[in-house]
Amino acid sequence: MTIETSESPIYGLMAEFDSAQELVAAAHKTHAAGYQKIDAYSPFPIEGLAEAIGFHKNSVPLVVLIGGLIGGISAYALQYWVAVITYPVNVAGRPYHSWPSFIIVTFELTILFAGLSAAIGMIALNGLPMPYHPVFNVPEFAKASENKFFLIVFSSDPKYDAARTRSFLNDLAPRMIAEVPS
Amino acid sequence: MATNTQIPVADRRVPVIAPGHTFSTIGEKISNIVLSRPVSLGWIFGFLIVFSMMNLLMIALGYLFIKGTGIWGINIPIGWGFAIVNFVWWIGIGHAGTLISAILCLLRQTWRNSINRFAEAMTLFAVACAGIFPLAHTGRPWLAYWLFPYPNTMRYWPNFRSPLVWDVFAVSTYFTISLVFWFVGLIPDFASLRDRAESTLVQRIYGLLAMGWRGSARHWHRYETAYLLLAGLATPLVLSVHTVVSFDFAVGIVPGWHTTIFPPYFVAGAIYSGFAMVLCLAIPIRAIYGLQDFITMRHLENAAKVMLATGLIVAYGYGMEAFMGWYSGSQFDSFLLWNRLHGPYRLSYAALLACNIFIPQVLWLKKFRVSTGWLWLVSFVVLVGMWLERFIIVVVSLSRDFLTSSWGQYYPTKWDWMTFAGTIGMFLTAMWLFVRILPMISIFELRTLLPESQVHEAAEVKQ
Repeated sequence: MTIETSESPIYGLMAEFDSAQELVAAAHKTHAAGYQKIDAYSPFPIEGLAEAIGFHKNSVPLVVLIGGLIGGISAYALQYWVAVITYPVNVAGRPYHSWPSFIIVTFELTILFAGLSAAIGMIALNGLPMPYHPVFNVPEFAKASENKFFLIVFSSDPKYDAARTRSFLNDLAPRMIAEVPS
Repeated sequence: MATNTQIPVADRRVPVIAPGHTFSTIGEKISNIVLSRPVSLGWIFGFLIVFSMMNLLMIALGYLFIKGTGIWGINIPIGWGFAIVNFVWWIGIGHAGTLISAILCLLRQTWRNSINRFAEAMTLFAVACAGIFPLAHTGRPWLAYWLFPYPNTMRYWPNFRSPLVWDVFAVSTYFTISLVFWFVGLIPDFASLRDRAESTLVQRIYGLLAMGWRGSARHWHRYETAYLLLAGLATPLVLSVHTVVSFDFAVGIVPGWHTTIFPPYFVAGAIYSGFAMVLCLAIPIRAIYGLQDFITMRHLENAAKVMLATGLIVAYGYGMEAFMGWYSGSQFDSFLLWNRLHGPYRLSYAALLACNIFIPQVLWLKKFRVSTGWLWLVSFVVLVGMWLERFIIVVVSLSRDFLTSSWGQYYPTKWDWMTFAGTIGMFLTAMWLFVRILPMISIFELRTLLPESQVHEAAEVKQ
């Protein structure tokens, strides 16, 4: 195990693990020890990891629901307004408000708006695009998209204390611990 | 227990991913194709061919814009011709990509993880090719934006009761959602490429595309939700896009078009031709780039089985058309059947039956499903057959409608053929570039297939 230190202000303490199982176990222990502001990084989604760091509130579904409703309602309203109010055309004697014909565009725009909300909502809630982030200052972090697993305790955590947090993380038997300069 | 020691049925099959791979070998193998594999002479030679074909399209469209649609073989009574035949064919091909990425994702078919990325790319390129045809067919493509509802000085609005307007919404939504789904899937892989890239420029480009993705647990959590919702939203699109395309025909009263079987039969045909295209692309790509570990025989066999099943649905559609022609007692419908079998286009119809119904039945035999050469050949035959199907639907019905005085023959011109060949060139050019600049297999999704990625302890701790 190596220990790295630096002089600039500290963003947090980062520990590196070899496997997904170790990371989840470490995340559970850190959260249980009372650390609130922590995060975990992995090259692929791990079931239960978000819960392990105490993240439960996921508003993506709500964003998608709202997007879909706006898409559907505005599509139907647009068609109604065009076909009945502003530009009524008699097509083969059909009623102006020929609702079965309006279903397809309503359906398509519901999907379109909901899908765009899912993608844009996810990216925005994740705070992306983010050109700079302190975790990338740790050289080993390049492996976070390959085969290594990281846990960080942010220095903004009320329980954070450079020495005590380091010894706590040390007990989790990581490969290495690094201070993350901000 | 004795049963526990037996090998489960699922494990006796060829695995989805060859044994011996780790998180890093997967990333290495896939990203090296993009980052460090030298450009081979074969790639350049092939690229020159497909790029020349794409330039045929540019020439054909350039001349079309100068002269108008008169350079095509379309005229009354056959006003649709190649433009619509090719549009429906290309759109259909796209469907397999969405089926693989969305429906198989919801059904937890893990084998999809190694073919979804390039199948989605195939969808995008196919839909882009498809879009060219109706656009050019409008005659004045520079005014195509009139199809969209927007406030304008002409005080005109589209007629929302028209299937052609539905089509605009269906196809543009399909393209947009496919693009978004594809891009969202690529974000974590862009981050992988960013972290592996050695040159600063390449690192910057992928870094820009990755938008600062760092694999945070919070991000993954939202990401997975968004991905699942996108899959759920794209699923009805698989079924609806070709349904709406079939409405272009079925809402009309032309014999052979005005049938209720069209939507399901079009969707099955779309998936049929789409899987044929997936196999036509996957078989050479896995051989050239040595991806047999990730695209195993199991994938090819599964795709062949989907092809066989959808092919039988299509065969049922033909059977129903013939049955209704005979049973309905409508002279126009029964004449349509007679005309297909004995009329001027009988050879095309015979070729269609051979390509779409009879030849693909060899896929019942395992020997043909596990031989890449045979499988490729059968897939190619299906692609030809599905093109012929659209040709028969569009041309034969229009050439012989209700009045003998309005009968006519359709002769495609060299410009028709050039446009068609050109879109194939455009599709292949895009594929050619895609395999070298983007990871053609989803790296992170493949990693989740390794047993090491599964954490069972988490659930126990919660309880």
